[in-house]
Amino acid sequence: MGLQLEHVTKRFGKFTAVDDLSISIPEKEMFGFLGANGAGKTTTFRMILGLIDASEGKITWNGNSIDYSTSPLIGYLPEERGLYPKLKVKDQIVYLARLRGMQKQDVIKELNYWLNRFKVPEYADKKVEELSKGNQQKIQFITAVIHKPKLLILDEPFSGLDPVNVEQLKDAVLELKDKGTTIVFSSHRMEHVEEMCEHLCIMHKGKPVVKGTLKEIKRAFGKKNLVIHADFDLEFLKSHPGVTNARQTTEGIHLQISGEEIAEDVLKEIVGKGFIRKFVLEEPSLNDIFIEKVGASYE
Amino acid sequence: MSNFWIILWHTYLSKLKSKSFIITTLITLLLVAGLTNMSRIMDLFNKGDENEEKIAVIDETGELINPLMEQLKLNNSSILIESFKGTVEEAEKSVIENAYEGLLILSFNEEKLPEAAYKARSIADTSLPSELQQYLQQMKTQLAASHINLTQDQLNKLYEPISFSKTALEENAKTEEELNQARGLVYVLLFIIYFAVLMYANMIAMEVATEKSSRVMEILISSVSPVKQMFAKIIGIALLSLTQMVILFVVGFYFVKKNLESMQGGFFEFFGFNDIPISTIIYALVFLLLGYFLYATLAAFLGSLVSRIEDVQQMIMPMTMLVVAGFMIAMFGLGQPDTSFITIASYIPFFTPMLMFMRVGMLTLPVWEPMIGIAILIITIIILAVFGAKVYKGGVLMYGKSNSFKDIKKAIQLTKNE
Repeated sequence: MGLQLEHVTKRFGKFTAVDDLSISIPEKEMFGFLGANGAGKTTTFRMILGLIDASEGKITWNGNSIDYSTSPLIGYLPEERGLYPKLKVKDQIVYLARLRGMQKQDVIKELNYWLNRFKVPEYADKKVEELSKGNQQKIQFITAVIHKPKLLILDEPFSGLDPVNVEQLKDAVLELKDKGTTIVFSSHRMEHVEEMCEHLCIMHKGKPVVKGTLKEIKRAFGKKNLVIHADFDLEFLKSHPGVTNARQTTEGIHLQISGEEIAEDVLKEIVGKGFIRKFVLEEPSLNDIFIEKVGASYE
Repeated sequence: MSNFWIILWHTYLSKLKSKSFIITTLITLLLVAGLTNMSRIMDLFNKGDENEEKIAVIDETGELINPLMEQLKLNNSSILIESFKGTVEEAEKSVIENAYEGLLILSFNEEKLPEAAYKARSIADTSLPSELQQYLQQMKTQLAASHINLTQDQLNKLYEPISFSKTALEENAKTEEELNQARGLVYVLLFIIYFAVLMYANMIAMEVATEKSSRVMEILISSVSPVKQMFAKIIGIALLSLTQMVILFVVGFYFVKKNLESMQGGFFEFFGFNDIPISTIIYALVFLLLGYFLYATLAAFLGSLVSRIEDVQQMIMPMTMLVVAGFMIAMFGLGQPDTSFITIASYIPFFTPMLMFMRVGMLTLPVWEPMIGIAILIITIIILAVFGAKVYKGGVLMYGKSNSFKDIKKAIQLTKNE
């Protein structure tokens, strides 16, 4: 069951923000959303949360529609961080968690656990505006997960964080996943999605252009990357049949080829021409797929 | 506890504990204490003033100073006059040296009637010379009368004010005395309604805009429906306003009670605080609450349209104008509450809270008139609430350059389920 989106469309007047999106996210899985700004990710999240109604289609969680009665089951980390700047961390988490159906004493207990986990127990009595942006984000994350939601929606959870904090947060997300939370998240860092999600969807102008499991997507993409480092000039390979893209580096060349068999041809071509230090056939990265499908760099 | 109550109490308590609320309440309390103790405070300062009002008099005729002294004594005046023995220059010098407040030179004109010249360091204080002028005028009248052989009796007859009484013929109409009393009370209550509506509606708009601009709104509306939130907030602030007013009222009442003896006559009697008609107070409370709900709903949805706190004032400007316009009309109407303009305006919902209250307080209206006013208000509030809730639901999700009323349409569209 899990989260089901069936032919979901959202129109704002004449503008179609999300166009016929169907996704099935199994329970206890992690699902990644990719897409440039304006691709419809946040609109999709808002529809899942029930903040706005879909123009067409149906969204269900384990067969039930999502509304305010299910809000204790759902955790949400919005893209734009939002906390009361003048309120103490403890007060606002207690307030927001109570709105998700928690009891005050449970909130305090959980809050202490999370603050200790993020190694910032001294923040409980500080005002949010006194914290750094990265630390505010930790508080925001705690707000989203403190009530142990079954479905967690993270909109760009790692943006604006330093690498140490990214690791801390990533560990926390993975731990939640292991505990059985279904997680939907969007990120502009391809490697995060690649590393963490089994299922993903690339959105472009409201339409899902690629979706499925990571392996399927890569296999379906067909194209592979070929990295060659050699002591002689490799530029002539650019016009080799089957090479769809090429980029010269200081040590050699990166080729994008339309299939594995091309690699064999290329190898035959260069053998004997000189010393080859590296010849690697790689799976395409998500970034390559993204650029190919969306037609522009994500960042 | 349901989410509605959690938000309500959170709004109430966090505002109640906020510095700005405590400070405004304290300042207003000081103001109330000051106003209710006005007569005492004035006495305190006046005591110091009295000794200084010593006037040097050079009487060139030698006949005028004694009648003037008598005149002063007769009127219980605090002005002290002293005959100055010396030249005018010497007298002027001692005025400059602060020995006297001023110098009065009395003489006769050709017709043997008194003439006076007043000299002081500065003539910024107008009450002292005009008081002197008034006494001298009386003296002149008496002298002139005796010149043409009028007796004091004849003179009194001339100056006796005409007896002029006003009676309202309509049944239950207020007598003049009652009207004066009502006017004072209505005046004060109108001010309270005006300030309360403006202040608390503003507070609502700010509260909504703050939550929106700090983006905490998105988390809030993902756990509680915007409509529930909006009303929880409006009622939370209403509780806050009631708390504040009860505090002010209790303190004000205490001081008024305490100072009641010293307030006989004058200011407070004029304002009709001696026997306050209960119905006026109840109507004030009803119209205050309804006015608050009307404008608070308006403020909440206007507040939901802006993305930055700086834009709030601009956005609620039209609303503020409505409140001010209502207040101005009510002030104008205090003098002539039964004109048809006021009557018609009092049925326009945005003016009803102040105008209908003013009419109820000033006139003897049949009960159905205020009841229609209340009904109109309640219906308008319901319409505004339904409409406002729609705008609010979309508005809180809209960010960017949103300052125009076009956004209302956009916000409704956002919530629409095509």
